[in-house]
Amino acid sequence: MSVGLLFDSTRCIGCGACSAACKEANGLPLPIEDHTTAYTWTVVENVGGVNVRRLCFHCAEPTCASVCPVAALTKTPQGPVVYDAERCIGCRYCIMACPFGVPKYQWDRPIPIVGKCILCAGRVAQGLPTACAAVCPTGATLFGERDALVHEAQTRIAANPATYVDHVYGISEAGGTSVLALAGVPFERLGMKTNVPRQPLPLLTWQVLSKIPAFVAVWGVCLFGIHWITKRRDEVREYEAAQRETER
Amino acid sequence: MTVAVAVRRVVRRMGFWEAVLAVILVLFGGVTVLRFTRGLGAVTNLNDKFPWGLWIGFDVLCGVGLAAGAFTLTAIVHIFNLRRFEPIVRPTVLTGFLGYVLVIIGLLFDLGQPWRIWHALVFWNPHSVMFEVAWCVMLYTTVLGLEFAPVVFEGLRLERPRRLLRSVATPLVIIGVILSTLHQSSLGSLYLIVPSKLHPLWYTPLLPYLFLISAVGAGIGMTILESYLSERAFGRRLEMDLLEPLARAMVVALGVYGLLRVIVIWKNGAVALLRHPEYEGWMFLLELCVGVVLPVGLLLIERVRMNPTGLVVAAIFAVLGFVMNRLNVSVTGMEHAAGIQYVPSWMEVTVSLGLVALGFALFAVAVRYLPIFPQPARGRVG
Repeated sequence: MSVGLLFDSTRCIGCGACSAACKEANGLPLPIEDHTTAYTWTVVENVGGVNVRRLCFHCAEPTCASVCPVAALTKTPQGPVVYDAERCIGCRYCIMACPFGVPKYQWDRPIPIVGKCILCAGRVAQGLPTACAAVCPTGATLFGERDALVHEAQTRIAANPATYVDHVYGISEAGGTSVLALAGVPFERLGMKTNVPRQPLPLLTWQVLSKIPAFVAVWGVCLFGIHWITKRRDEVREYEAAQRETER
Repeated sequence: MTVAVAVRRVVRRMGFWEAVLAVILVLFGGVTVLRFTRGLGAVTNLNDKFPWGLWIGFDVLCGVGLAAGAFTLTAIVHIFNLRRFEPIVRPTVLTGFLGYVLVIIGLLFDLGQPWRIWHALVFWNPHSVMFEVAWCVMLYTTVLGLEFAPVVFEGLRLERPRRLLRSVATPLVIIGVILSTLHQSSLGSLYLIVPSKLHPLWYTPLLPYLFLISAVGAGIGMTILESYLSERAFGRRLEMDLLEPLARAMVVALGVYGLLRVIVIWKNGAVALLRHPEYEGWMFLLELCVGVVLPVGLLLIERVRMNPTGLVVAAIFAVLGFVMNRLNVSVTGMEHAAGIQYVPSWMEVTVSLGLVALGFALFAVAVRYLPIFPQPARGRVG
């Protein structure tokens, strides 16, 4: 079973305890910036009076993990999408490709790495909740099994249809994510991406990449065949010319 | 003799273009130091919203594409056995080889930790297009090196290794064509995964095919352009009898490409955006005009095609349009989703210009010391 978070923006008071706890749990340098960076993996932004947390959604089939040429980003069976800084070559394809704009880079360092929320993979492996969920005073960020969180989110919407927009963000975005969100106003108004495809994005490139072995075989044979035929044609032409020469 | 005197003597003997080259290369050296001591943020205008800029859009996407003449020409000569094109194979393979070397140097600037470039060899992720790109760059640069090596061996009068490479020439060409097909298309595939970010005038599932076909067109354009520059710089004659049929092949490639582009925006509905074009719309129209309509239109006229100047002008348009396309895909088309405008810093531009300058310089050096052209060059180098 995989775990996740449910963030309910209607319950968030914007205290920022999650950001501070994240910094501490992950050994990130202060200060807490006003938007997510390679050093600040989660923030609470106030958008038109609504408090919205920014963090990685931990896709079921992460775009970042699929595009990484050296498999520095991987999805763990427990849910977190984690990052191995020792492998990373710094191509920044993850930053370019993530449909949610999550991974960030250390632009100010000569030896930079990527920074993004890792769903406190170490704590989760020990059976603990993420630091942000553990510290949240109102329960706006809830940690649990993803299936249970989906159920909880749907129950909340059903119980208070007037409070919530009738959509659990993350239930199908990019093929489904481990982090889910609820809101009282349309998600696009909160600066959340609503044009994200409902299918896992890695399929788009895998459709092409998976055909490469067959393509190489067929194309190779074709090229050799053309070479063979054109070469033989030249040989025959030369031979016939020589024949005509001797006949004369 | 002191250094100062030597420098002054060299400077006095320089022509205009050598001086330009020297200035660019000096600035290039300075920026290189800054890049590796201060980091990417200090020299580029890249940021978390716009992580790929000029170095990917121009140095890599255009560098690889414009090197496509090499696989096209080697296929024509070795696979289709059209031996009469042999005289322009060497300079074209040299252009391709230098192009790939410069792409790798460009990548070393762009990668956050370039000393780890070998990681793709040991840490595999076959689901990543970038993984395919990395392997294609490495393997095809090796193949181009081996395809060009006989010229070096000939220059050094090393008969045995030359004969050895000659015996595997055909398999090498076949491997090179396969790798090129994969590599050119994979650069388009890089953008398949950003349907919500790349503007609909450029995003299409056909991106890998479009990148391949346009590279064939622009690669031929580069071959024509490079023949023209060689004529100017090294006092050679223009091989019109070879370039004119190549130009017709370019018309076919660009024609197919242009048609596909139109069909794509027709089918995905983006054509409606051209009725009242905004920034992206104008850039699209300009790109298609310069890169397809003008060169195809010009080259369809026999009088233009047969005329060296006409031919070269059309080739310049094709190459320019190709560069615009790659920059539109990597920059213009990504700006709206990023929510910001990206303009490269002067230091980014310096590095890109420096790489081009380096390419010209290395080509000139190679022509001077190696048997690149069939008969010895008459004019002065540079």
